[in-house]
Amino acid sequence: MNTLMNWLSQIGSIVKFGLLSIPQRRGAVAATVIGIAGVVVVLVGVLSIAAGFRRAMTASAAPDSAIVLRSGADTEMVSGFGRDQVRLIADAPGVARGPKGPLSSAELFVIINLPKRSTGTDANVPLRGVEPAATAVRDQLTLVSGRMFEWGRTEVIVGAGAAREFAGLEVGSQIKVGRASWPVVGIFTANGGVAESEVWTDAAVLQGAYNRGQSFQSVYTRLTSAEAFQTFKDALTTNPQLSVKVLRQSDYYAEQSETLTRLITTLGVLIASLMAIGAVFGALNTMYSAVATRTREIATLRALGFGRGAIVIALMVESLVIALLGGALGGALAYAAFNNFQAATMNWQSFSQVTFAFAVTPPLLVQGIVLASLIGLIGGLLPAIRAARQPIASALREL
Amino acid sequence: MKYAHLVWGNLKRKKLRTLLTLLSILVAFVLFGLLCSIRQALVGGVELAGADRLVVRHKVSIIQLLPESYQARMERIPGVDLVVHQTWFGGVYQDPKNFFMQNPVQPEPFLAMHPEIVLPPAQRDAWLKTRTGAIVGRTTAERFQWKVGDRIPIRSPIWGQRTWEFDLVGIYEGRDKGTDTTPMFFRYDYFDEMREEGRGRGLVGWYTIRVKDPSRAAEIARLVDQEFENSPAETKTEPEGAFAQAWARQIGNITLIVAGILGAVFFTILLVTGSTMSQAVRERIGELGVLKAIGFTPAQVLGLVLAESCTLAGLGGGLGLALAWLLTVNGDPTGGLLPLFNFRTADLLLGVGLCVVLGVVTGLLPALQAMRLRVADALRRL
Amino acid sequence: MSTTNETQPQDSALVRIEGVEKTFRRASEDVHVLARLDLVVPPGEFLALMGPSGSGKSTLLNLIGGLDRPTQGSVTVAGERIDTLSDRRLADWRARHIGFVFQLYNLMPVLTAERNVELPLLLTHLGKAERQKHVATALAMVGLSHRAKHYPRTLSGGEQQRVGIARGIVTDPTLLLCDEPTGDLDRKAGDEILNLLQALNREHGKTIIMVTHDPHASARASRTVYLNKGRLSNEPVS
Repeated sequence: MNTLMNWLSQIGSIVKFGLLSIPQRRGAVAATVIGIAGVVVVLVGVLSIAAGFRRAMTASAAPDSAIVLRSGADTEMVSGFGRDQVRLIADAPGVARGPKGPLSSAELFVIINLPKRSTGTDANVPLRGVEPAATAVRDQLTLVSGRMFEWGRTEVIVGAGAAREFAGLEVGSQIKVGRASWPVVGIFTANGGVAESEVWTDAAVLQGAYNRGQSFQSVYTRLTSAEAFQTFKDALTTNPQLSVKVLRQSDYYAEQSETLTRLITTLGVLIASLMAIGAVFGALNTMYSAVATRTREIATLRALGFGRGAIVIALMVESLVIALLGGALGGALAYAAFNNFQAATMNWQSFSQVTFAFAVTPPLLVQGIVLASLIGLIGGLLPAIRAARQPIASALREL
Repeated sequence: MKYAHLVWGNLKRKKLRTLLTLLSILVAFVLFGLLCSIRQALVGGVELAGADRLVVRHKVSIIQLLPESYQARMERIPGVDLVVHQTWFGGVYQDPKNFFMQNPVQPEPFLAMHPEIVLPPAQRDAWLKTRTGAIVGRTTAERFQWKVGDRIPIRSPIWGQRTWEFDLVGIYEGRDKGTDTTPMFFRYDYFDEMREEGRGRGLVGWYTIRVKDPSRAAEIARLVDQEFENSPAETKTEPEGAFAQAWARQIGNITLIVAGILGAVFFTILLVTGSTMSQAVRERIGELGVLKAIGFTPAQVLGLVLAESCTLAGLGGGLGLALAWLLTVNGDPTGGLLPLFNFRTADLLLGVGLCVVLGVVTGLLPALQAMRLRVADALRRL
Repeated sequence: MSTTNETQPQDSALVRIEGVEKTFRRASEDVHVLARLDLVVPPGEFLALMGPSGSGKSTLLNLIGGLDRPTQGSVTVAGERIDTLSDRRLADWRARHIGFVFQLYNLMPVLTAERNVELPLLLTHLGKAERQKHVATALAMVGLSHRAKHYPRTLSGGEQQRVGIARGIVTDPTLLLCDEPTGDLDRKAGDEILNLLQALNREHGKTIIMVTHDPHASARASRTVYLNKGRLSNEPVS
């Protein structure tokens, strides 16, 4: 025990000398800290895009909600149902019921062109026709300004994300649908979820405007519980009058976001890893020169009886501390710069825009710090070993 | 360069440090190459667009279809040279993850419209003769190891429940380095006949128009939109470049993101290299003093230090760019998601420029420090 | 500060060197620095080790201090063979038995004088209060109590060396090894250091081995041996 304490206090005092000597080589140390911060900013920044996109896609999908598509369809775009099938789905076991009947909304999904505010170029904005149960089958849908559209009238409400990213979606303005103009009467939020990217109107109105007759593209339902999903799914898939695909909303949107999140994550990790390699070389340089300028000090300590292991560990701790400084700086910068940064991108599955906010989540910050620590440890190891292996006798006289 | 041995000797003095610095510069330039290629993959369509081509689509959105009959009406507009249409097929080959584009087209005018698609004449003739024939770009053919004569089964939920079978009659190459050689094209007449009832028979996705005089492109675009004004399917016509740009911008501001990342990378490397250089100079102040004492001019000392930093940047950067080129020469690493992925010559040249800038910027401060050195002070530190 | 050594050797010698050879490999050539060398240092002696540069003085000192191992022969200090100890054990041994004083002082620039003196005590089990007491005593012995809070760069060369000596004696080591302690000082400061060493030897019974090439310094020692071409003699070589 005493030996261990003694050893720890050896390490502690060497670390202290190292840290105290930082002001003398502040240039090189600052370069390393900022370099590592740069790596962490890029890693966290790029991954926050993927995290934010995924969060937007899955935020408003409760575990007890489901989506029904035509069998073989991967997205609402290519799905379709008639009025009769929609009724069968709404009446299936497992669907929750409200005062006005089953909590089931048959919906239409089309795209309209609206200019992006930031660039002025056209973007594909989703226009969704919904039924009255639509607000009940999604979580936390709230009108934040204006009012709900009136059923049966050519009016729309607009998700907060869409209103922010695309021009001409303020309450009181009109959107062009074909040759008609429909007034925007309200703005809603959906807990940051994908519905916030959409423009909503009455499904019946949209059917009329797009000559869709009595057809729908998807059915969103609220189930009695998350466990009721299997019952609901089995009832629909075994019904010979239907040929459908049943998914939890959360799974459906997670799948839709998968390609993009995977692409961004892969690229982010690749870029950050390469940068990290570069930063390791930088950290190695800093620590090698830190060790070189302290050759005599380290030899003196060893002459005084400090152990070789203590010196290696102390130098690694020193390098780790520098790296953690960089990691913390990078994490803070990334958080300040990217968290809640509003953006919009294309959801390739539905060919339409999804508005989302970059999300610098705690796990991402942890990843950033872990990467910084790795850079520090690798950057410290070789120089520390070199320092501990110097022959004391000659190093004592080094200038 | 009679001082070459001196510069080289100085770099060799601390071999490890030189190597580490070299490697971090190398990594920066590999990243530069990869990021340029990614940017190209996402926004490259803009540059590949023909100046004489216009894209005509449904005014409400690209997913709404336009009547086939518009083709003849557009051909009658003065200044219009050629009109072809394409339709998004959205098919799946074996697995939804095997994404690539397949569009039905009219073979003859389509090939005339797109000279960047290079198809051997024999294969072209075969396509004209085979109703179920399809051609595919080199990239996709290699990806799935397709050969001419193969039968390709593809399903498309948009156009019906059936599985479509196409006879591969040709594999085309791109005329330019950046040409997308992932799409498959097959015959519109076959498509129109075989698509399910109620799935828009007689309707097509979008049109491409070639104008006789590119300088009149904007005017002709206006004429086309006027032609269909107040009809059930109004159009929006714009140059192919603008269309591609709007697409790219829908993905997000790629150029800004890439520039941001590269900014962070180079800032980092600049710091690392710069601090190494100034350290190298600090360690040698005495020697630099000796050089001055034996008659080197301040400019020569400045030059020596700059030569050293530029050699480092040039070596590291050159190797990095070469490595990036090797890594990107095989094109898209994601297997279909980024068909236009390539490292352009223009970006390569920009990289070379960046090498020089990096060398000068990292060397400048230490070099000035070395130049201003007073001999007496420096010698005392020997 | 007590003057008795914790381990009293059976042997009358505190340092016994027998048949020591030291060979360095430089390029492909073997350089014989020390050749079959014998030396006995009794407790309480102030030994000066002289010789021209390159004669192996420092090598010999390093062998006695456990910083290096002989190619052949044995080094026994306070009854313990140190040439066979492992690196780890050697580090512990140095901490307990040896105080070093260096030509270039080798103080930690980031620590104050008292913190520098405290350094070797960190390797002991002493508590903070005890360490402070020892540091204060050592600084008082070298006459630098008033400079305790100063950083090395604010001290003169002579003062820095006195801090170095305080650090060397603070653990009350068996043996104080000084490598050219006055080599970097002017005559006046050098004299003060020599006075101090002499006092430590005479008044506190410290055994001191000092490498020097300055006859003025060796004159203060109780005995002087001369090293030339790897061999020892009691007479200077002309």
